[in-house]
Amino acid sequence: MIMGIDVGGTHTDAVLIEDLRIKKKAKVITNERDLLDSLWRVTDDLLREENPERLERVVLSTTISTNAIVQGKTDRVGMILVSGPGLSPSLLRINEDCHFIPGYVNHRGMEIAGIDRDNVSRIGERFQRDGIDHCGIVGKFSIRNPQQEIEIRETIATHVRHVSLGHRMAGRLNFPRRIATTFLNEAIREIYTNFVKQVLDLMHLRNVSVPIYILKADGGTIDIAQSGEFPVQTILSGPAASIMGILSMVESRDDAIALDIGGTTTDIAVFAGGVPLLEAVGVTIFGHKTLVRGLRIRSIGVGGDSRVRCEDGRIVIGPEREGPAAAFGGPFPTPTDAMIVLGLTSIGERERAKGALLPLSRHMQCSVLEAAKTIFEQTCEKIASACLDEMEAIVNRPVYTIHEILEDRRLEPKILYVVGGSARPMAFRLGEMLGCPVYIPEHAEVANAIGAALARTTAEMTILADTEQGTLTIGEEGDRIVIPPQFTREDAIGIAKEKLRERAIKMGAKEEDLEIEVTEDQEFNMVRGFYTTGKNIRVRAQVKPGLIASLRT
Amino acid sequence: MLKKERKTGLIFFPAFDWAISPTHPEREERLLYTQDQVFEEGLLDFDSIIEFKPGLATVGDVNRVHICVPDTRSVITESHLVSAGGAITAAEKVMKREVDNAFALVRPPGHHAMLVVRGARGFCNVNIEAIMVEYIRKHYGPRRVAIVDTDCHHGDGTQDIYWNDPNTLCISIHQDGRTLYPGTGFHREFGGPNALGATINIPLPPRTSDEGFLYILDHVILPILDEFKPDLVINSAGQDNHYSDPITDMCFTAQGYALLNDRLSPHIAVLEGGYSIEKALPYVNVGIILAMAGLDYSNVREPDYDPLTIRQSDEISRYVEKEAAEIYTLWEKRGLMREKLIGNVEYVRRKKPVYYDTDGISEQQEETVRVCTDCGGLVTIASAADTGNRIFAVIIPGQSCPACRAKGEEIYTETGKDKYNYVYLQDRERDIFLVK
Repeated sequence: MIMGIDVGGTHTDAVLIEDLRIKKKAKVITNERDLLDSLWRVTDDLLREENPERLERVVLSTTISTNAIVQGKTDRVGMILVSGPGLSPSLLRINEDCHFIPGYVNHRGMEIAGIDRDNVSRIGERFQRDGIDHCGIVGKFSIRNPQQEIEIRETIATHVRHVSLGHRMAGRLNFPRRIATTFLNEAIREIYTNFVKQVLDLMHLRNVSVPIYILKADGGTIDIAQSGEFPVQTILSGPAASIMGILSMVESRDDAIALDIGGTTTDIAVFAGGVPLLEAVGVTIFGHKTLVRGLRIRSIGVGGDSRVRCEDGRIVIGPEREGPAAAFGGPFPTPTDAMIVLGLTSIGERERAKGALLPLSRHMQCSVLEAAKTIFEQTCEKIASACLDEMEAIVNRPVYTIHEILEDRRLEPKILYVVGGSARPMAFRLGEMLGCPVYIPEHAEVANAIGAALARTTAEMTILADTEQGTLTIGEEGDRIVIPPQFTREDAIGIAKEKLRERAIKMGAKEEDLEIEVTEDQEFNMVRGFYTTGKNIRVRAQVKPGLIASLRT
Repeated sequence: MLKKERKTGLIFFPAFDWAISPTHPEREERLLYTQDQVFEEGLLDFDSIIEFKPGLATVGDVNRVHICVPDTRSVITESHLVSAGGAITAAEKVMKREVDNAFALVRPPGHHAMLVVRGARGFCNVNIEAIMVEYIRKHYGPRRVAIVDTDCHHGDGTQDIYWNDPNTLCISIHQDGRTLYPGTGFHREFGGPNALGATINIPLPPRTSDEGFLYILDHVILPILDEFKPDLVINSAGQDNHYSDPITDMCFTAQGYALLNDRLSPHIAVLEGGYSIEKALPYVNVGIILAMAGLDYSNVREPDYDPLTIRQSDEISRYVEKEAAEIYTLWEKRGLMREKLIGNVEYVRRKKPVYYDTDGISEQQEETVRVCTDCGGLVTIASAADTGNRIFAVIIPGQSCPACRAKGEEIYTETGKDKYNYVYLQDRERDIFLVK
């Protein structure tokens, strides 16, 4: 038996899955001020009359990290940045407590200028004086050589309570994002680790003693006990949960579009050959561009509860939500009201919905029914055109080889999956607009909790081997090892897979779920003067985002 | 340093699967560290910097500019169509006003490719700037264009293609041809009879540094651009003037390149040469991108930058000042020179040997230009090479006058295949390309 829980902004959903079938579902309103309370209530519903000893695992997707960032419930973080030449510090300053120190590591991971430990000590003392307990240390190109970050930590460790190092956040190049990611990781650490502790206490009280996992933005899981060092990985896991849920309920290997139509927003994801796509560099949260690996999900401000207005005789839908639909006592007309008036759904109070549309219809000089039709059509059009834009953007992603330019793969969605509150009334029309059949999975209303329950542990590993220098660097791990001149690409791939396996197991993966794939694999001859002096080998491998198993239908 | 942000398009195409040969400077590795630096600096995350995927140029785009012998497909690879396509994408984004300016950071380069192409010279097969300029003219109408070539080598290909075009100003600033490939680019190369002054060459002595380059920019290039009044300014942005470049001998820096691009404000920049792939390109490109986007580039410099070791001597400074004055005077007298140099002749002929160093081909060309006051003038080229293939080409210019057009059509019709293996007609105005 598996329990999956998604603590969302509005609802907290939970499912119990037995023999890959849904055994039980539960839904409660999320208590924003006390997520534990929501967890307590939803597990109360779910585990009543169940023997917790039969559980094999529990997976939790939560908004705790996302909310902490969006609502500014974060800790003060002292940042020490080794930025060297390049972007001006004024473009890198993420908060008031940023300190730029001299030092530089170049693109090949060679130390060009050292750091001054006395200077670092002084900054540490200052943090201590100012009551700053959290520190982020980030160097340019630190994933190519983490030594300076490590040295700074050694110097400053006694002055602060906790430190995050930039190179541990992700193996990709992008200094400003590394700064943002490290900053956020440290800023939410306290609130996150408290939450983890409380979750563990709660599960203890419920007599749950099996491994507990937390969902990450890439739709993969991590053992909750291991997650404390990288809380930033858990941001935006809510939308990822829904997408993984859809994935668990469908079988297609075709290109597809997946929609989660919520009250405020609609999330759009594209499956290429049945596989959800990842963000090229990392997810963006509340204006912060990060290195957090995450599913590529576009969110648009159109949902069932979007406020509908009339401006200069034209209907405007969203992006804001001012409350529930008028049919449920909300203050303004919404697409949901239009769908109620059109008879596409029978929820809420129809008369209220009609009443809310009346002033709009007067502005538009048409009947209430016609107004409802226009609102519905425009809502669907907005979502459909966002889907097309997203597919266009995916196809137009830059590529860097002639091979890829000539290959020029198009996306041809063969099916549209829809979940969320307005899935049923809108799916058919959306399918018509996008020219493909529609499928609403059976348990669409708890897709998020199912997605969490069935997600597998994911990880990524980035390797740079430089045979001229005789070094191999593993970005995420901060490892640098010596390699012989005859080191090959095959050797690099072997190491990447092995190290990735170790990492994933440590994060809580089961051996049987380790679907490892090499996502990047390049080798360059390094020529200095007229002679080949070495090879520059770049390998990236990942445990593919996916499921431990699909739901039986 | 607060600047006005501009929207800059970036077409980044490192062609990680293409090389002239495994150890050639023009190889897969060339833009690897530039990519690392651009990614690490996070440049693509700025709202003002937008990356676009390059399109593919067509053979028709190439034929608008070149006479490829025996035909286009034989002298190019797909990589050339992507790099020319990248330049065209940059132009499209600017012309459609999606961005204020654009940088095609693409390879392989093109500025040594001349009008007739029999193979590769100076690592170039086709001229990607010229293909882009003619694409713009075909799709967006006639434009006055200035191409400022800041590669360390004389932009002899671009000069050759636009030698007779009064509407394309080619300014090349480079290391003195007496000390570097291709050995041309002197003051006296000043444009064809109908386009005197539309070719400007500024040879600089070895070891010229930022000071010298920026002096030339301020005292020659910008004033001439002011008077020429181009609709579009293009920077043929070679990066081998850098002090660390292995095959040249200049002392320009990343900061200098950024300043130059800031002051020049090109609509489009296109990468040309530059082979200090680790020590220069990563920093020069970051500097150019920031400058084009109007972002603060004051902190961009090479990790080993030492202003004292690369400072130009006083002697060089004096030489550069004198050079600037001479060239500007020459430009001012361009109108008078026409009478003196050309007089009353009807046609002007020049013979030129062309050597394709990359492919080892020797060619003899004879170019004949009809002297014309109404257009760039009809051009014919007879050419023979040591690889065989005698060819004859008739080039009717863009915005051609009726007389040049009639004469060109007549010559093409009358020229038989008895003397030549191929006879070509390139009608730039009507975008027609014929071979017989």
